[in-house]
Amino acid sequence: MGQVSLTEAPFSDSFAATNLDWVVNWARKNSLWPMPLGLSCCGIELMAMFGPKFDLARFGAEAARFTPRQCDLLVVAGTLTWKMAQAVRLVYDQMPEPKWVMSMGVCASTGGMYDTYSVVQGIDSIMPVDVYVPGCPPRPDAVIDSIIKLQERIQFERPVRDLLEGIPDYHDTGTGTAERQPNRTVVKKKKPGALLGDDI
Amino acid sequence: MTDENNQVAGNATQSRIAGLLKGLECTVTEATDGMALVLIAPELIHPVCELLLREGGFESNTFVTAVDHGVASEQRFEMVYQFISMEHTERVRVRAMTTGDDPEVATITDLWPGTAFSERECFDMFGVRFSGHENLRRILMPEGFDHHPLRKDFPHIGIEPDRLYQKWDQDRRAAFAEKEARK
Repeated sequence: MGQVSLTEAPFSDSFAATNLDWVVNWARKNSLWPMPLGLSCCGIELMAMFGPKFDLARFGAEAARFTPRQCDLLVVAGTLTWKMAQAVRLVYDQMPEPKWVMSMGVCASTGGMYDTYSVVQGIDSIMPVDVYVPGCPPRPDAVIDSIIKLQERIQFERPVRDLLEGIPDYHDTGTGTAERQPNRTVVKKKKPGALLGDDI
Repeated sequence: MTDENNQVAGNATQSRIAGLLKGLECTVTEATDGMALVLIAPELIHPVCELLLREGGFESNTFVTAVDHGVASEQRFEMVYQFISMEHTERVRVRAMTTGDDPEVATITDLWPGTAFSERECFDMFGVRFSGHENLRRILMPEGFDHHPLRKDFPHIGIEPDRLYQKWDQDRRAAFAEKEARK
C-alpha cells in the first residue's frame, strides 16, 4: 500500500483542510447584512452604493434590512444628534451577535463641522466602532473599500473561542471605547469594557 | 411690487388694525421692513391675538419666537408673533417686551392649534414658559438637557451633553443588570 496523497485524486477536489474559525469567518464576511441608518447626506451615497452602478452585491452585502434584528453591520451614515443618540444606541443593542459598526462620514466619525452642543462628537462616544470612513460625504468607492477592509478584519476574528469561552462582556453592556472631554477632544481608552463616566 | 405700493398697503393695514384694537393699550406702527407692527404689554398678548383672529381675519400664524436682548437688559426677552391674513392679503407682527430671566406668557394654542410646536421650540431654545400650553416640553433638544441654547448666556464651549447620555447609559445598564439577576 503506497502513501496516500491529499493533493491527488480522489482527494484533491473533495475536501480541504482548514480550521473552524476560518470557515465561520469566511461565511460571515461574505454575507454581511447592513442596517442602513441614513441620518443625513451620507445616506444618499449609501443608496448609490447599494444601487446597480457601484453594486455592493459583488461583495455579498447588498441585502439591506430595515430592522436591526436581521442585520449584523450597522452603518451610521451622517450627523448624529444627541436627540437621536439614544435611538441609535437602541438599534445597536437590538442587533444580534455578531455585529459590526461602520462610522460613515466625518460627522459620524468626529462630529465633523458640527462642533456644537446638539451633535455627538463621534459615535464612538456611545458605541464601539469597527471601521471609520472619512469624507463629506465619502464616495461609494470609499465605502466599498471600507467594507473590504472590514471583511479582512472579520477573517481574523476568533468566533470559536467566543463560543467556547463565552462572549466578552463588553458586547452586552459596553458603551464604547472613548471618553469625551468637554465638547472638544476625544481621548481613546484602550480598555474595551471601559464605560463612560467610570472615572468621573 | 414697489416700495410705494408697500407703503400704501402698510398704511391701510395699520389703520384697519388700529380700528380692531381700539380700546386696548397698544401702539400700531410700522416695522423697518414695512410690515404693520403692534407693540403691546405681555399681558395683552392673548386678547390682542384673539381680536386679530376673530375680527381681523388673520387666520394663520407664521411663527412664534423670542429675542434675547442680553443678560444686562432689564426687559430681557421680547416675544414676537407674526400673522397672515389670506383674505386681506395682509401681514401683522406683534411684539411684547417681558421682564425677568424666566418669563411666562399666555399661550395662543387655543386660537391657533398649530402654534403648539412653535411655542415648544420657543420654550426649548429660550426658556420662555407658555401658561396654558398642554404639552410644553422640549422639541429639539433631548429631555433632561439643562440649557436653553439660544439664550445669550449659553456658553459655546463647556457644555457636556454626554453627561446626559451617561445617565441614559446608567439606566440602561441597571436594567440589563436587573435582567441578568433575574436569570
